[in-house]
Amino acid sequence: MAGDKRSPMTPTAQIRNFSVVAHIDHGKSTLSDRLIQETGGLTAREMKEQVLDNMEIERERGITIKAQTVRLHYRAKDGLDYVLNLIDTPGHVDFAYEVSRSLAACEGSLLVVDASQGVEAQTLANVYQAIDNNHEIVPVLNKVDLPAADVDRVKAQIEDVIGLDASDAVLCSAKTGLGITDVLEAIVTRLPPPKGDETAPLKALLVDAWYDAYLGVVVLVRIIEGRMTVGQKLKMMQTGAGYQVDRLGVFLPKATPVDSLGPGEIGFLTASIKEVADAAVGATITDEKRPTAHELEGFKVAQPVVFCGLFPVDAADFEDLRAAVGKLRLNDASFSHEMETSAALGFGFRCGFLGLLHLEIIQERLSREFNLDLIATAPSVIYKITLTNGDVLELHNPADMPDPVRIESIAEPWIKATIFTPDEYLGAVIKLCQDRRGSQRELSYVGTRAMVVYDLPLNEVVFDFYDRLKSISKGYASFDYQLEEYRTGDLVKMSILVNAEPVDALSMLVHRNRAEARGRSMCEKMKDLIPPHMFVIPIQAAIGGKIIARETVRALRKDVTAKCYGGDASRKRKLLDKQKEGKKRLRQFGKVEIPQEAFIAALKMDDD
Amino acid sequence: MSTAPPALGVYVHWPYCARICPYCDFNVYRHRGRQAEQAALVDAIAADLVAHRALAGDHTLVSIFFGGGTPSLMDPADVARLIALCRRLWTPAETVEISLEANPTDAEAQHFAALADAGVTRLSLGVQSLEHGALKLLGRNHGAEEAARAARLARGLFPQLSLDLIYALPDQTPGAWAAALEKALTLDPDHVSPYQLTIEPGTAFDRAVRRGTLIPPDDARGADLYDVTQHILSVHGYSAYEVSNHARGPAAMARHNLVYWRGEAYVGVGPGAHGRLRRDGGWVATEAARTPTAYIQALSDKGLGHAQVDILTAQDRAEERLLMGLRIEEGVRWDEIAALDLHPGSERIAGLAAHGWVRSDAHGLRATPEGRRLLDGIIRTLIV
Repeated sequence: MAGDKRSPMTPTAQIRNFSVVAHIDHGKSTLSDRLIQETGGLTAREMKEQVLDNMEIERERGITIKAQTVRLHYRAKDGLDYVLNLIDTPGHVDFAYEVSRSLAACEGSLLVVDASQGVEAQTLANVYQAIDNNHEIVPVLNKVDLPAADVDRVKAQIEDVIGLDASDAVLCSAKTGLGITDVLEAIVTRLPPPKGDETAPLKALLVDAWYDAYLGVVVLVRIIEGRMTVGQKLKMMQTGAGYQVDRLGVFLPKATPVDSLGPGEIGFLTASIKEVADAAVGATITDEKRPTAHELEGFKVAQPVVFCGLFPVDAADFEDLRAAVGKLRLNDASFSHEMETSAALGFGFRCGFLGLLHLEIIQERLSREFNLDLIATAPSVIYKITLTNGDVLELHNPADMPDPVRIESIAEPWIKATIFTPDEYLGAVIKLCQDRRGSQRELSYVGTRAMVVYDLPLNEVVFDFYDRLKSISKGYASFDYQLEEYRTGDLVKMSILVNAEPVDALSMLVHRNRAEARGRSMCEKMKDLIPPHMFVIPIQAAIGGKIIARETVRALRKDVTAKCYGGDASRKRKLLDKQKEGKKRLRQFGKVEIPQEAFIAALKMDDD
Repeated sequence: MSTAPPALGVYVHWPYCARICPYCDFNVYRHRGRQAEQAALVDAIAADLVAHRALAGDHTLVSIFFGGGTPSLMDPADVARLIALCRRLWTPAETVEISLEANPTDAEAQHFAALADAGVTRLSLGVQSLEHGALKLLGRNHGAEEAARAARLARGLFPQLSLDLIYALPDQTPGAWAAALEKALTLDPDHVSPYQLTIEPGTAFDRAVRRGTLIPPDDARGADLYDVTQHILSVHGYSAYEVSNHARGPAAMARHNLVYWRGEAYVGVGPGAHGRLRRDGGWVATEAARTPTAYIQALSDKGLGHAQVDILTAQDRAEERLLMGLRIEEGVRWDEIAALDLHPGSERIAGLAAHGWVRSDAHGLRATPEGRRLLDGIIRTLIV
């Protein structure tokens, strides 16, 4: 055991902390795995493919949700032993804040670009964040072994689009192992070592935290100054909460205990912390008795930007859903939930997410890990409503919209969207953005790929924008966005009325110009989803009292059992009992019964 | 002064058929090769009738119905024996309607005279169609001309003749159905039961629908054909006294089936037969053992054919009364459905009445001819 505890002796000059910036599929995980293997962190037998992406969903989608870290021991060509800490950051904009904290824990980054595909939208957003964190950046061209690799073109692209000198870019193939030593040498020689006074009061950055079924909350920290030891009493500077360190360790990548962590080091701690919410990413950790004078900059509480209602398909599963969201929340403080009741869908939760991917991941985890059958209402954003009396409300749920006569104005969040697309799909991409009320900011070419930058209202993007983009570009376009600002807009609440009764789960805020098209498509969908009743059922889309679209479900003309004699009475009665049972899956709106399945189908976000 | 005991109908289930029709979901078995079992079954049915008399007490016997299966395959002597037994066990009404279901084949027609002699007063003939293509599709073992022949023979032998017909066959237009119905009426029946083809789960037709080789009629086409049926039969003097039953005058109404729709007592004997009997001031539902073997066994073990007897709660009984009673013109009395909290002032009833689907008065609740076409929906509105 003692032999593993070698960290205290590593001088900061021999530590390098770095992260990897890359677009999905450009080989970030493969490169990380290869670096671990090359430095002997795992034997070939232990080496499972892509060790860093260990959550099932992360594996499938090829994305990282939680920051992961691994410590590599490398003897460089100068003969010295180096400790290289790799922080694998979440690659998606939804987790931009987590990315920024992971980057803040490092001094440099590898910018990994696929040598055949070139720079993509996500590459840009992440590399700019690294630059903002004053990182030294080493461009790495991966997959140079592929026949389609075009090193010169991609180098030129990095220089043109990002503005980085790519003449010293490292060429490698994470898959074959080609150039991996060059990558390691570049880390040692081109990235700066951390600085920090070991004798100063403890100052550490909380990089990430997650819930472990055996250890409780595990916190990933980067020591900035001072030293952290087992048994030490710590204080979270933002909340003032105190904890005693139970365990310290590093990931090699297997969790390995250490006695203490010094300046520049990255490791984990456990301290009987109950919930991940108590260990906010970006927080400053210090010594309880001898605190540091200044907390680290850039701390903020993650704010959900996309909301939707989640309801169990079977109302009896509500308690299971409550338990499941509670458990997820233990491990993901950025996901919020509060109870909601809907006339259409019964009891459920209004949940807030960092973005669409986050929403999808949570939904998937609920159904996969907790085996829940869920209906999600259409995603919505936070609207800021200014009332005539000057009050400003944040609206998370269209159902809570105040009376329009009390509303002075409504503002909605806008984003800056960056889209890379092969030339031949540019027309379709531009049309999609225009249809979604976008305004073009930039259009430029990088070889045969176009880069368009659009200002778009987020509420148009949450409504299946990404799926549409993928479909019109046959999967080739890449997309990334940043939240920009709130702008007032001509937004109206559109209600769907079934037999003159409003159906709360289907109401939404839309731009006046888009209302009619959206309303028409919703009415058409509902018309096919509501089974005929004994009477004609009008389905209407309305803004206030004004009907903007209408469809009709025709009346059932015949509904009677042909034969009913002495032997049929019991059977018919049992059928009625079954129908009484089945009625629980129907939602009653006035005289109309709408099957639960209709809501699920209507709320599926396929537009146009 | 003693009043007559309450009315009772007796249903005898004869489960054998020469062949099984692809739309039929009844409790039926192949006829061939089961002669010994059939003899044992007649004895078992007779024993069950005796047991039922002890259970039900005295009643006024108003009807006996031999259903199936194909009871026209029974030995007429057995039919005569069971009729005589019923008449001995209960107090016969002045006229007892004795119905028997028959297939219109030449072979079975040979027994018609003997069945009439045995006491059958009403023959219910399963003609289904008088059109060759339709009969073939329905998997019937008789031709159109053969069926017409059987009907003409029956007409001369039985006081009452009823014809069963099936409509809403694939691609059947209202015009074609009208012609088929008119043709059936030339056989001069007293009573007609035209049924819309219903795809029952587990039947050959159900499998064909699943395979996509048979497209079931939708409600709109069903409604058009139903309307044609009502029109033609009323023009010819048949009144629609039930959803699928039309009679030439009150005397031609099926007394036995009225027992079901009016909620009177009935004894069910034979494999899988259902009964409704009064007990302890309420009602019980009886259901006989389902297979012939199990039924015969039950009689020899316990002297009773019931597999089960369920006590109907006041609500169960009221639901059945609503289900059955709204099918006929006379409807249900308020006191029969009080357990469902349905009364002249009910909001649910007012809503249905506003559409013209039901009519309520001091006596009770009735479905209108318009409403009868939507009866299942009306019942759901009232109960579910």
